[in-house]
Amino acid sequence: MFGLDKKDTTLLIVVTALVVLAPFILNPFPADSALAQFNAGYPDLMQRFVIFGIFAIGFNLLFGLTGYLSFGHAAFLGVGSYAAVWMFKLLSYNVVPAIVLAVIVAGLFSVLIGYVSLRRSGIYFSILTLAFAQMSYNLAYSVLTPITNGETGLQVYSNDPQILKGDGPDVTHLFGLEMGSAYTLDIGPWSFVFSAGYYFCAIFMLVAFYLAIRIFRSPFGLMLRAVKSNQQRMAYTGLNTRPYTLAAFVISGMYAGLAGGLMAAMDPLAGAERMQWTASGEVVLMTILGGAGTLIGPVLGAGFIKYFENIFSKINDSVLHQWFSFMPDGMEDFMVFIVHPFIGKGWHLTLGILFMLVVIFLPGGLVEGGQRIAAWLRGRGKKPAGGSGDPEHHPKPAPHVAE
Amino acid sequence: MSKSNLTRRGVLKTGAVAGAGVALPTIFTSSASAFTNDPGSASTVKFGFNVPQTGPYADEGMDELRAQELAVEHINGMGDGGMLNTFSSKALDGTGLLGKKVEFVTGDTQTKSDAARASAKSMIEKDGVIMINGGSSSGVAIAVQGLCQDAGIIFMAGLTHSNDTTGKDKKRNGFRHFFNAYMSGAALAPVLAKQYGKDRRAYHLTADYTWGWTQEESIAAATEALGWETVQKERTPFGVGDYSSYITPVLNSGADVLILNHYGRDMINSINQAVQFGLRDKMVNGKQFEIVVPLYSELMAEGAGEAIKGVYGSMNWNWQLTDEGTKAFVKSFGEKYGRPPSNSAQTCYVQTVLYADAVARAGSFNPCAVVEALEGFEFDGLGNGPTLYRADDHQCFKDVLVMKGKENPTNQFDILEIVDITPRAQVEYAPDHPMFAGGDLGECNPGA
Repeated sequence: MFGLDKKDTTLLIVVTALVVLAPFILNPFPADSALAQFNAGYPDLMQRFVIFGIFAIGFNLLFGLTGYLSFGHAAFLGVGSYAAVWMFKLLSYNVVPAIVLAVIVAGLFSVLIGYVSLRRSGIYFSILTLAFAQMSYNLAYSVLTPITNGETGLQVYSNDPQILKGDGPDVTHLFGLEMGSAYTLDIGPWSFVFSAGYYFCAIFMLVAFYLAIRIFRSPFGLMLRAVKSNQQRMAYTGLNTRPYTLAAFVISGMYAGLAGGLMAAMDPLAGAERMQWTASGEVVLMTILGGAGTLIGPVLGAGFIKYFENIFSKINDSVLHQWFSFMPDGMEDFMVFIVHPFIGKGWHLTLGILFMLVVIFLPGGLVEGGQRIAAWLRGRGKKPAGGSGDPEHHPKPAPHVAE
Repeated sequence: MSKSNLTRRGVLKTGAVAGAGVALPTIFTSSASAFTNDPGSASTVKFGFNVPQTGPYADEGMDELRAQELAVEHINGMGDGGMLNTFSSKALDGTGLLGKKVEFVTGDTQTKSDAARASAKSMIEKDGVIMINGGSSSGVAIAVQGLCQDAGIIFMAGLTHSNDTTGKDKKRNGFRHFFNAYMSGAALAPVLAKQYGKDRRAYHLTADYTWGWTQEESIAAATEALGWETVQKERTPFGVGDYSSYITPVLNSGADVLILNHYGRDMINSINQAVQFGLRDKMVNGKQFEIVVPLYSELMAEGAGEAIKGVYGSMNWNWQLTDEGTKAFVKSFGEKYGRPPSNSAQTCYVQTVLYADAVARAGSFNPCAVVEALEGFEFDGLGNGPTLYRADDHQCFKDVLVMKGKENPTNQFDILEIVDITPRAQVEYAPDHPMFAGGDLGECNPGA
């Protein structure tokens, strides 16, 4: 289907199903139960899942395929956001021009940075991109304040021109469909929210995902992978790799710009922090955590990190006391004391520990975890037939990049 | 492995049940409320406390959280009632809010506009809060205030000192109890003129972002009005660790006062380095060289240590005040946490209490009713003396404290002393003052 082989089609269908049914999947607990704390099915977080999914897919096109580790990708996201908010300020709250401009501006910006940075490879490339991104951040924070509104972040004011607005809505919309509008479905104690903004982003995410599959499977993708395995040999055979890496860099930058534009479309404010090096580092973490070089990995990683950031940071001591209230007093306090460092302000710590565990035990990221579970299940099914299945301890075949 | 027996009848049955299940809830879908997160007939109502728990202002955030928790306890009638006993309005009786128990959720702003908005959005969308309070930076406060305006929630700002919060970025649904840069200038300048004379030459080092600029503008205007001359205004990047390249030029500029428009870690670094360069031991133009820090906080003073001895600055409130409200608050805070509250803690406590009181007086959680109850509200007994919530810009007007680093501190909390309590009349300004111009409160938004 769509020029994909069977395996990729299945993957795309699975991802589509997950994305469409996300409001159900992410809200497994009844709204009034103690576990509702872990529900993630509210519009803002779901939007973040798919937006950062796009960002990570794009980053993975560069890092996963060519091996070029960009430490400044957040700059493109930030530039995209600023471009989008400016469209809101100048034209109207319609998201289409905003997103189009966001992608274009991020693309141009990445041509510029890519052209310079890609003259070096390895750590020098990383440092160059990091330097450019930090530079953009600092410019946005202070010098370029007339354009970026500095620390406060760029917002839309009621006295902005908005020449196409007419009597359109005062919130971001797609030809009248408000991004903030949502339909709540209450089934018994459960409540599921279907937000227009989420599905709007989800469509972009699915398209982005599909394009990524096509790029992975194309001759262009193969060329990029060749760059990763041995760039020098390619150069010796008389092939100039730079146009390929630059193209990958720009595509990746445009993905980031799209993510930035969508972020602004969901919430019309662009802050300079979006460009900070920590934001660039975050997308690296997402990709590695999920599984670099795999298709679905970055999306999983993005979801994982955003989940911890938004759910664990909100658990506080009084919530803990509620959880452990069934225990005797001393025991309850003890449990709260033990768990306390890992929640609330300690969400970084929890995430850090999990990240370490994943990197140590699952070097291929969450995707490898999934593969191992699948293999274990299959192995268990087969067990009566042929023991461990590999009595001679053959080395494992290299994982297929799409898995 | 599972084994499934799919029969035509089974599939039809399941399909019918599932279909009915999906169709059923539309009957129960509640009718639209009059405003966002209407608690309706629920037995509880939720506040959202959005404070920095990680990042450079984490300490202030934790202190705010302590105070907010205390405020909720007092509203629910637990503990000793704190400032509710001294508050001039008696609408809160310690039985919760309009018969509902107050609960709260917390979030981490990370002192980043983006993260703060994400956290606030999750509070509104997931937890159903009706009010958000807290924060320790103007950028964050303005970002969250805009969000609350759009969502139809009340925003009770925490520590935010930029003129813009109630100036060009003011919003109908947002309220600020904390003082602002203009007030700092107006309160500090006369004291400085009295202490250091009227013919001083000032050199500004300013954190290069919105708060720093409004701070610099305010202080420069106030001191120039009293006869000081501004030699130079130098902008320093946010978060720079080494200020030596900015401090050396001060020595040769002919200035005899250094004004540090820095906050948090920036201020700790810059003042320490200025002192190490021996600025305070110098004589310039026949006068002792002096350093001024317009905005003080206890936690900053603690971090700066020795360097702040004798340095002047301003504060919104301090635990050493002797009015009844302050005493009651310091007592209940101290008993619970074993330390005196900081001025950011006080502002968050007061904001939470003021919101609850406004709801009680309005008899409704509707944001528009609350806005009406808070606008032009005059009160007393919350630690700052008689205070007015001005309707024109939602800024509180009250006395401002001028502080000085103590020469001989007796313990770790006793590092600042109150030099002067500047009366409210002296720090008031017209709503259309040029430093605050350009904004529009807009209409109150009840959301949904």
